Amino acid sequence: MASQEILREEPSRGSFVNDPKVRSLFFQTLVVVLLFGAVWWIVQNVIDNLQRLHIASGFQFLRGRAGFDISDTPIAYTSDSTYGRAIIVGLLNTVIVAVAGIITATIIGFVIGIGRLSQNWLIRKICTVYVEIFRNIPPLLVIFFWYSGVLAVLPAPRESFHLPFGSFLNQRGFYFPRAVWGEGAWLILVALVVGIAMAWFVARAARQRQMATGQQFPVFWTSVALIAGLPLLAYVLSGFPLSFDFPKQSTFNLTGGFQVKPEFLSLYLALSCYTAAFIAEIVRAGIRGVSKGQTEAAAALGLRSGSILRLVVVPQAMRIVIPPLTSQYLNLTKNSSLAIAIGYPDLTATAGTVLNQTGQAVEGVLIMMIAYLVLSLVTSAVMNVVNARMALVER
Amino acid sequence: MKNIAIGILGAATLGLMASAASAGTLDTVKAKGFIQCGVSTGLAGFSAPDDKGDWQGIDADFCRAVAAAVFGDGSKVKFTPLSAKERFTALQSGEVDILSRNTTWTINRDTALGLNFIGVTYYDGQGFMINAKKLPGVNSALQLSGAAVCVQSGTTTELNLADYFKANKMEYNPVVFEKLEEVNAAYDAGRCDVYTTDQSGLYGIRLTLGSPADHVVLPEIISKEPLGPAVRQGDDQWYHIVKWTYFALLQAEELGITKANVDEMKNSPSPEIKRVLGQEADTKIGTDLGVSNDWVVNIVKAVGNYGEMFDKNVGSGSPLKIARGINALWTKGGLQYAPPIR
Repeated sequence: MASQEILREEPSRGSFVNDPKVRSLFFQTLVVVLLFGAVWWIVQNVIDNLQRLHIASGFQFLRGRAGFDISDTPIAYTSDSTYGRAIIVGLLNTVIVAVAGIITATIIGFVIGIGRLSQNWLIRKICTVYVEIFRNIPPLLVIFFWYSGVLAVLPAPRESFHLPFGSFLNQRGFYFPRAVWGEGAWLILVALVVGIAMAWFVARAARQRQMATGQQFPVFWTSVALIAGLPLLAYVLSGFPLSFDFPKQSTFNLTGGFQVKPEFLSLYLALSCYTAAFIAEIVRAGIRGVSKGQTEAAAALGLRSGSILRLVVVPQAMRIVIPPLTSQYLNLTKNSSLAIAIGYPDLTATAGTVLNQTGQAVEGVLIMMIAYLVLSLVTSAVMNVVNARMALVER
Repeated sequence: MKNIAIGILGAATLGLMASAASAGTLDTVKAKGFIQCGVSTGLAGFSAPDDKGDWQGIDADFCRAVAAAVFGDGSKVKFTPLSAKERFTALQSGEVDILSRNTTWTINRDTALGLNFIGVTYYDGQGFMINAKKLPGVNSALQLSGAAVCVQSGTTTELNLADYFKANKMEYNPVVFEKLEEVNAAYDAGRCDVYTTDQSGLYGIRLTLGSPADHVVLPEIISKEPLGPAVRQGDDQWYHIVKWTYFALLQAEELGITKANVDEMKNSPSPEIKRVLGQEADTKIGTDLGVSNDWVVNIVKAVGNYGEMFDKNVGSGSPLKIARGINALWTKGGLQYAPPIR
């Protein structure tokens, strides 16, 4: 104990056992070994118990014939397809509703968020009420509100609402004419791609010119003309190859056309409205986070209020907004599993059916967990790229 | 969501169970003092809570019969309502001791799912129900091409439906829900044109709809649906108790032993009745099974014989008024047949 002074001065020169580096390495190794040991023990136990209880295990079941039908199939699927394909159909349905929901929620969220900071009393209050209502209701109730409260009370197929352009709305969903592409229709698609590419080049050139000379160019209207005009021109030149398949009344339902089912609609609307309330608050916080001096400086330069918002405030607010926005996108994706309550065939529903038909609960739940994990990681990765591009570049 | 929770729970339980063989179900049940019985979330006639919250129905009564055999008291049962998707995991993971939940006996469930079906308490078949008021002129399932069909997910019904429409080259639009109440609500609201499930179920569900008289069950029966209770594989003693409880119910009906006359019947001169009721000298039938020798007396006192159980819950004594049909005893031209208790 006489060496206390020395130890305090040179802590790493003690005995091998007291070396903090060795100790930390030892304990880290121990934790890793214990963790892997525990996981291995659980896995072995599961396998043993499944065998003891005569329950089939393994992933071979994915190649078996599913035998059940799914209402929304983005890829070709019949009851003859495999269980694996059924799960993929479910995964795609989840992705579709998540992506559509994220886009809509972001748009509504930004509008409401900016609206909450409006000078106009009415707009401000309406936006506040929106946020307070949707933020404080569980998402499942919002889904039921749309499903049972709005869409289920629409008329039966025979008494559908007739909407413009040959569309119909009834309790079985929203029907609109489906475009049928004739010969030469590829030209329209090519024109669209060319239009978008040209719009992008025009925008870049205009920005460079403004940087160099300060002169502005009406980029927006030029882009609209290019993106809408070129395909229209191609449509006329290729001899009107586009026709429409209109929904028609049949014995039970409307047939033909394109049907958006009420299950999808209510889930999509509910997730959008619900998440938008949170996004609105994030946007408001982001804008509030930009120093008032920035606005005042921009105003002093003579910018109009719209330009101040677009050029000065929002770009800086985005840096604050994007990280929490990512969490909301992840939440929306995960909340989409509430689809099961209204029968939208998302991943949870189809994988759940597969789980039940095959009885392989452990594998089924594992597949669902991995699928949601991958979805979340991909969303995070995309948002990290966006964040990196938006982040303050320090010179 | 609950099915996922049960799935995870099941996985966890399977993971944490000691790998050595656990105690038999009979010992576990005796130790805790009641039988945990998996039933449906509410299907009139089979298992549904009444206005006092007591579970009624042929499936619920079957669990009471097993409790009577084991404890001599039919009330020592606790019921766990399970959706179609939750039911097998709940039984596999040991959350319930018997699955008595209008479940169809199939080879896949017997082999790959680790279950053992003990018999058929109700011979059923899948049918279709439509709203005749909204769809006049439809009187056969073969006219249903293009219809939206409501069905519960994770059932044999869902599979038969796909097979039937495919075999008859008809199109349909599946509207699939996880819970029975959700399917009922969607059908009642007109989300779909057709409701398909076991025919007995359709009769029960029709009673719960807004205006039952508008709905008709189409004549076609498209599948065999032998409904029966199931237990876990690998516990022969428990399997035998549950299985012979079922046979005892049938045997009691065959011998004319009823809830009312069971005590008189004990003194019957018939050696067969005496044997079944455990009145034979030095009988070991009950104790060999792992229950008391008067187990059949207890069963019949608790729920009556099979015929009484049927009439009270789904037959003439119930709002469903389903005829015995193929569920009659073999002596009356039906399929219900018990091996001899001797």
